[in-house]
Amino acid sequence: MLSRRDFLKLCMSAALTAGLTEQLLPIMRQAFAERKLTKPPVIWLELGSCTGNSVSLDNAVNPTFYQVLHDMIDLRYHWLLNAAQGEQAVQALMDTVEQESGNFWIVVEGSVMTADNGRFNHIFLRGNEMVTGLAALREFAPRAKHVIAVGTCACFGGPAAAYPNPGGAKGVWDVIKQPVINIPGCPSHPDWITGTFSHLLMYGLPQMDSYNRPKMFFGQTIHDLCQRRQQYEDGIFAAFPGEKGCLYKVGCKGPVTHADCPKRQWNHYVNWPVRAGAPCIGCAGPGFPDSTMPFYEHLPDVHTPLGALNVKKIGAAAVGLGAAATGVHFITGVMTRRVGKNWLEGTKPQETDQPENLEQLKQELDDLIRQQNALISESKSLAKNKVKRRLPRTFRKKVVDFFRPGPKHRR
Amino acid sequence: MAVQTIFPVTRIHEPLRADIEVQAGKVTDAWLGAHLFRGMESMMLNRDPRDAALFTQRICGICSSAHSIAASMAQQQAFGVHPTPTGQHLTNLIYAADIIQNNLRHFYVLVLYDYVKGPDIPPYVPRAQTDYRLPPKVSEELLQHAKQAARKAVQAHEAMAVFGAKAPMQQTILPTGVTEQASGERIMAYSSILQEITEWVENVHISDVLTIAEYYQDYYSIGAGYGNFISVGMFPAPLTGDRSFPAGLVINQGQPETLDVNHFAEEIRYSWYNGDGAGHAPIQAGPGPNRDKPEAYSWIKAPRYKELPVECGPLARGFISGDYRRGVSVMDRLIARARETLKICKLAQGFVAAIVPDTPSFQRYTQPDSGAGVGLTDAMRGVLGHWLEYKHNKVTHYQIITPTTWNFSPRDNRGVRGPVEQALIGTPIAAEGELIEAGRVIRSFDPCFTCAVHLFKK
Ligand code: SF4
Ligand code: SF4
Repeated sequence: MLSRRDFLKLCMSAALTAGLTEQLLPIMRQAFAERKLTKPPVIWLELGSCTGNSVSLDNAVNPTFYQVLHDMIDLRYHWLLNAAQGEQAVQALMDTVEQESGNFWIVVEGSVMTADNGRFNHIFLRGNEMVTGLAALREFAPRAKHVIAVGTCACFGGPAAAYPNPGGAKGVWDVIKQPVINIPGCPSHPDWITGTFSHLLMYGLPQMDSYNRPKMFFGQTIHDLCQRRQQYEDGIFAAFPGEKGCLYKVGCKGPVTHADCPKRQWNHYVNWPVRAGAPCIGCAGPGFPDSTMPFYEHLPDVHTPLGALNVKKIGAAAVGLGAAATGVHFITGVMTRRVGKNWLEGTKPQETDQPENLEQLKQELDDLIRQQNALISESKSLAKNKVKRRLPRTFRKKVVDFFRPGPKHRR
Repeated sequence: MAVQTIFPVTRIHEPLRADIEVQAGKVTDAWLGAHLFRGMESMMLNRDPRDAALFTQRICGICSSAHSIAASMAQQQAFGVHPTPTGQHLTNLIYAADIIQNNLRHFYVLVLYDYVKGPDIPPYVPRAQTDYRLPPKVSEELLQHAKQAARKAVQAHEAMAVFGAKAPMQQTILPTGVTEQASGERIMAYSSILQEITEWVENVHISDVLTIAEYYQDYYSIGAGYGNFISVGMFPAPLTGDRSFPAGLVINQGQPETLDVNHFAEEIRYSWYNGDGAGHAPIQAGPGPNRDKPEAYSWIKAPRYKELPVECGPLARGFISGDYRRGVSVMDRLIARARETLKICKLAQGFVAAIVPDTPSFQRYTQPDSGAGVGLTDAMRGVLGHWLEYKHNKVTHYQIITPTTWNFSPRDNRGVRGPVEQALIGTPIAAEGELIEAGRVIRSFDPCFTCAVHLFKK
């Protein structure tokens, strides 16, 4: 079996020639054949979802989705796929919970609808009782081996929880006590899903960040990996989506979005948004979509009671974070304003959810610093750019004119 | 006589509860209830109108492109801009690929196991005990094709991502076109995938559907419904806006008539929303949710055309365009969908051929401070409309009518059944505990409740 290190390397490799799943399957199959692994029974619950993550997972495998089903997991309940319907399907679900207690995985797609005690989302009938998604999750989760939230809705509420959130949509980890593995994305990339499943099978829990996202996929930002990064550094910015240049000014949320789309790309390396001229809308982030809208407006400047915040100040604040309560106080002040003057004004009385612990705060601060860097770098490089362009061009022209006089060589 | 409940109805998108009354081996009445409420339209309020396409497509992960196209049409009208020729072609290509993906998955992932015994592992077991009629050899062949189909659907999504950046949930459509360039290399990538899929649909998919029809001939006379059809058309041509699939209305399997969207209304007597008043036009504000309403049994409303229940989807488009008029039944719906898939493959080849490489795929614009627009296109499963109004760059009204609400609506204000409720009437039931026949009728409509539930502005 592949060592964990090699596995991580494979998952994070930028030089994949086919989908990750395609590469993992033979390895998994062999491990199963050698009886080193047993297929986990899986219950897939769709709550307040759009089915997009199931569809995305369908896109995973070459040659077919059937291989995931046959070779990796034992999918006992997923209403998109169960041959049985109604009572018979519910029986299969309950049998799994009873017989595989402590052993089965719950995969949740979609956010948990909590308004009206969950009655905005019933998911099955048991005897004469209509069971809500909320109740089912709370009943099954304590008996599961792993609870896995797939897609930004299941992780953090996502689009289903956008303000004013009439259904009371919440992320899974907000409604149960068990630890949750978050695999966000709207939808989640099939490699993120199968990669995490594989890690769980072969090595147990993957290393996760403060939002419980596996670091192997969500450890870096889009911005850090982006192919337009050089244009950003050179101060070449698109003025409209689809144009050449870094998309920062037309709304790219790459600097604050942790995901590896630029190197993984989508649908078997065909494309990814920024490559196609569309700004990253931050779909894998915990604040999506409220904190990344408007999608075509750039990230807000960061304002604090001390005036506009620059990198140094944030840096100093971050250092103080571990030590002083005042630091935390100050930073919380920063955080509450992080969604600046965008659409939220007049729409949403309160700001987006606060980070809940110091770790999350630190991570958000990192993002802030990156964002602030982006702002500063933008203005700096613009200034630099003016100078750069003017000087070398005249210089070059002079040289050219000197050696080869004549209009056709003029640029 | 006892009413039996199927909940969940599986192999469809999202929670559907079906209550079915059976007498003397036949369905005599039916009530269909959707059981998820998210309220996406109220979430569009006060947002930047430019975000509509990217946000509203998140209503549905199986037909996301349909929503973003309807939204961007509404935006175009509101902003007073028009797609560039290449922009329109690319939008059509993204959409065509998504429809192909949807239709292949509908038949091979959702419908097939109603007729063919799957492998003996979960989730294909447990299964109903009755009425699998295909000889084992034929079954086996169809299961092999299902595996190929899964690959073709993945490829269709790859084609969608060529211009859409990713799938599901494309990210490149905006008013005036698509942010991706129409480079020769991209066009080649799309068309080579399309070529492969087209051949497969022509040679395998269509005959698979006909094979099932051959063994289940009785389903040519099951699941008829009203025979009223509606479509708003799809695939507008650049500049003229003429649609490859025309809009229209058919009453009781008659001749196509012209359609007037001003006759759309949503009724809510049996839906969990406050009030039982008259139908609301989509440009009007409406009531909030009320889960305790006494007579109600569904989160979806009852859209009606001039108070008539109407069916939408591939069969409806077949009747309106004249492509398919054999009859109205479970099998007719499946066959019409497969034939339409092939037609769309061929249409897409035409769009590809019409693109002049490297011409502008979008145009810069600045939107006016305020505006209003309507975006109408058929989604895979039927009529979809987005109504948008904004002032001072903030959305003041957003309303969506989706296909599944037309098909799966509960009874309307006059107590008249929705189209699928009606289609279930008369369905013979062999084994009362299983109701597999009712499931077949329901699934022939390609239902998707993900997007069906929505909320008026409060
Ligand atoms: S801002 Fe966006 S487009 Fe620009 S370099 Fe960063 S991730 Fe890439
Ligand atoms: S680029 Fe950004 S918005 Fe696009 S899929 Fe990746 S994380 Fe989501």
